[in-house]
Amino acid sequence: MKPPRVTDTTLRDGSHAVRHQFTREQVRNVVTALDKAGVPVLEVTHGDGLSGSSIQYGFSRVNEMDLIEEARSAATNARIAALLLPGIGTRKELKEAVERGIQVVRIATQCTEADISQQHFGMAKEMGLEAVGFLMMAHMRPPEFLAEQALLMERYGADCVYVVDSAGALLPDGAAARVRALRQALKIQVGFHAHNNLGLAIGNTLAAIEAGADQVDGTMRGLGAGAGNAPTELIATTLDKLGLNPGLDVFALLDAAEFVVAPMMPFQPIPDRDSIAIGYAGVYSTFLLHAKRLGQQYGVDPLQILVELGRRKTVAGQEDWILDVTLELAQRQHSTGKEAASA
Amino acid sequence: MSHNGKVKVAILGSGNIGSDLMFKLLRDPGHMELALLAGIEPQSEGLARARSLGIPASHDGIKAILEDPDIRIVFDATSAYAHVRHAKELREAGRIAIDLTPAARGPYVIPPVNLGAHLDEANVNLITCGGQATIPLVYAVSRVAPVAYAEMVSTIASLSAGPGTRQNIDEFTFTTARGLEVIGGARRGKAIIILNPADPPIMMRNTIYVLLESQDVDREAISDSVEEMVTAVQAYVPGYRLKNPPVFEQRDTPDGPRTMVALLLEVTGAGDYLPQYAGNLDIMTASARQVGEVFARRLLEQEAQVGS
Repeated sequence: MKPPRVTDTTLRDGSHAVRHQFTREQVRNVVTALDKAGVPVLEVTHGDGLSGSSIQYGFSRVNEMDLIEEARSAATNARIAALLLPGIGTRKELKEAVERGIQVVRIATQCTEADISQQHFGMAKEMGLEAVGFLMMAHMRPPEFLAEQALLMERYGADCVYVVDSAGALLPDGAAARVRALRQALKIQVGFHAHNNLGLAIGNTLAAIEAGADQVDGTMRGLGAGAGNAPTELIATTLDKLGLNPGLDVFALLDAAEFVVAPMMPFQPIPDRDSIAIGYAGVYSTFLLHAKRLGQQYGVDPLQILVELGRRKTVAGQEDWILDVTLELAQRQHSTGKEAASA
Repeated sequence: MSHNGKVKVAILGSGNIGSDLMFKLLRDPGHMELALLAGIEPQSEGLARARSLGIPASHDGIKAILEDPDIRIVFDATSAYAHVRHAKELREAGRIAIDLTPAARGPYVIPPVNLGAHLDEANVNLITCGGQATIPLVYAVSRVAPVAYAEMVSTIASLSAGPGTRQNIDEFTFTTARGLEVIGGARRGKAIIILNPADPPIMMRNTIYVLLESQDVDREAISDSVEEMVTAVQAYVPGYRLKNPPVFEQRDTPDGPRTMVALLLEVTGAGDYLPQYAGNLDIMTASARQVGEVFARRLLEQEAQVGS
C-alpha cells in the first residue's frame, strides 16, 4: 500500500449541508487552514457542481466563481478543484472556472452515463487541467460494469476515475471490489469518495485504500450531503497510524476541524434516522435536506419520501422528483385519512 | 404541385426519429403525403421498413429529395452538422425545411406559441425535445405574469438518449435555455438535463420552475393559462400532461423573495415506432408533424388563391 492523495471537498460537498451559503471569508479561512495542513487539493464549487445554483438545487449565496477566485488567492501550495456535472454545468462555466483559478476539474456522471462527458474531458485536457472522472451512485452497478464506464473516461483523457458512493450505500466489501475492478481495468489512477449514511465512510475509505485507491476524498468534520463524508482529519489520523500519511499535518487538521470548520456548521451531519434511510434505500445523499423541508411543509414523513425515491430508482440530480413524490404521498395520506374518517 | 389536396413531403434521415415521424405521417397524414424517406446507408433498417410499408426510400440522401420537384416540405432528422449543408441546398431549391436537429439555421418554433409568425420562413427549427415540452408552459405563465427566471429540468430514460444527445449535451443546455428566453418570455432561462438508467425505463419527465417578476400574483390567471396551454399541446402530443396543478411557493432568491411556480410535466410517447417511455423523441416528431401540417395547409391555401 502507498499513501493516497487526499482531496478535501468541504467547500463543495459541504456546500449541500450549508444550503450553498458559503461566504468568501469562510472559503478563505478553510483554504488557509487546509493549505497549511498540507492538503494538496481543495474542491470549491456549488454542491451540484459548476452552474448548480438553481431553484432545483438551491441558489448560491455567493457566486461560485468568486469563491473559486478567493480560494485560489488564499492557497499557497494546494491546488483548487471544481466539480462539473455534464447536463448541469457546461464547458462555458468550465472555461470561466479556469480563468478564475481552478487547476483540477472533476467531471461527474451517473455511473451508467460516462459517455456524456467526452466534450468536457476534451476541453479540460486542451486547457491543461488535471481531469478526474466521477462515477456517481456507484452502488447501483456491479464492479465490472463500472470498470467499463471508467475505461470510457480514461479514453476521453481522465487522469483518474473515482468510484463515488453518492448514496453512502456501499459496504466495505462492495467499495473494495469496485476500486479493485477499476484498478485492474485502468492504466490511470483510481479514487474513492464516501458518504457516511451507514456510518461506514471511514471504513469504506480504508477498504478502498487497501484495494488500491490512489486518491480519496474527505470533508472537515464530515461536512457534506446526507450524513456527510469521511472526515478529512480522521482520514489523516488513520492513515498516519497505518504508516501511510501522505504528508498531512494531523494536529493542524484537528485544529482546523475544531476551530475553523465546526463553528461555521449549521449542524453536525450524522447517520440519523433519515440519513440511514438514504443509505439503506440507495438514494442521492443531497436529497436529505430537500426531503426534510418538503416533508415538513406537506406533513409527510421524510423517511417515507426517501424510501419511495429509492424504489423509483432516482439518480443524482433528480431533486425535482422529491416534490413530485411528496405531493403524491400527501395526496395518498389525505385520501386514506378520508377513508378512515368515513369508516 | 399538389394532388388530392395534399402536399408532398419527405423525411431526411432514416434513424429512430425519421422512422417515428414516418409512422406518424402514415397514421395521421393530414394535408401531407409522405413521398420519400431518404437516408445515406444502403443497409439502413429504416429504409427497408419504409419500402415494406410502400413508401419510396432512397439512400442518396438529400440528392434524392432534390430530384423530385414535387416535394415541397422536408423534415430533416439527420444531425446538426449535416443540416447546415442541407439547409443551404433546400433553401436554394425553394423547399421548406423543418429542422429537428439543433442546427438552428432558421427561427425556433413551438407550434402553439409562435408558429403563425414564421409561416413565410424557408427553414424553421424545433429547438430541443425538452424545449418543445417546457417552453409552451413558460410562455403560458409569461403571457399573464412577467417571468423573471425560468428553469427547466428534463429527466429522460437513458435508452432514449442517442449518441447525438450524449456527445452534445452542452448544446441541449444552451439551446433550451435560449428558447426559454426567446420564446418562453423569461428574462433569464436555465436548462438541466438528467439521464436516468432505471429499468424498466422511466417516462420523460420535465419540471418547470418559474420565478415571477411581481409579488402581486393572480394564481387563478396563471393556472387557467397553463391549463389552456396543456390542452393546446395535447392536440398534437396526446401523452402530454401535468401531474399536479401548479404549485405556488415563496422562495428566497438572489434577487430577494419571489413567488415560484412549479409545474410537474410527464410526456408519454404515442408508441408509433419508438417505445412509450421515449416521450422526449415523441414530442419532437409530433411537433414536427404539426409544423409540417400547418405549412402544408398554408401552401394549399396559397395555391388556391393563385388558381382563382
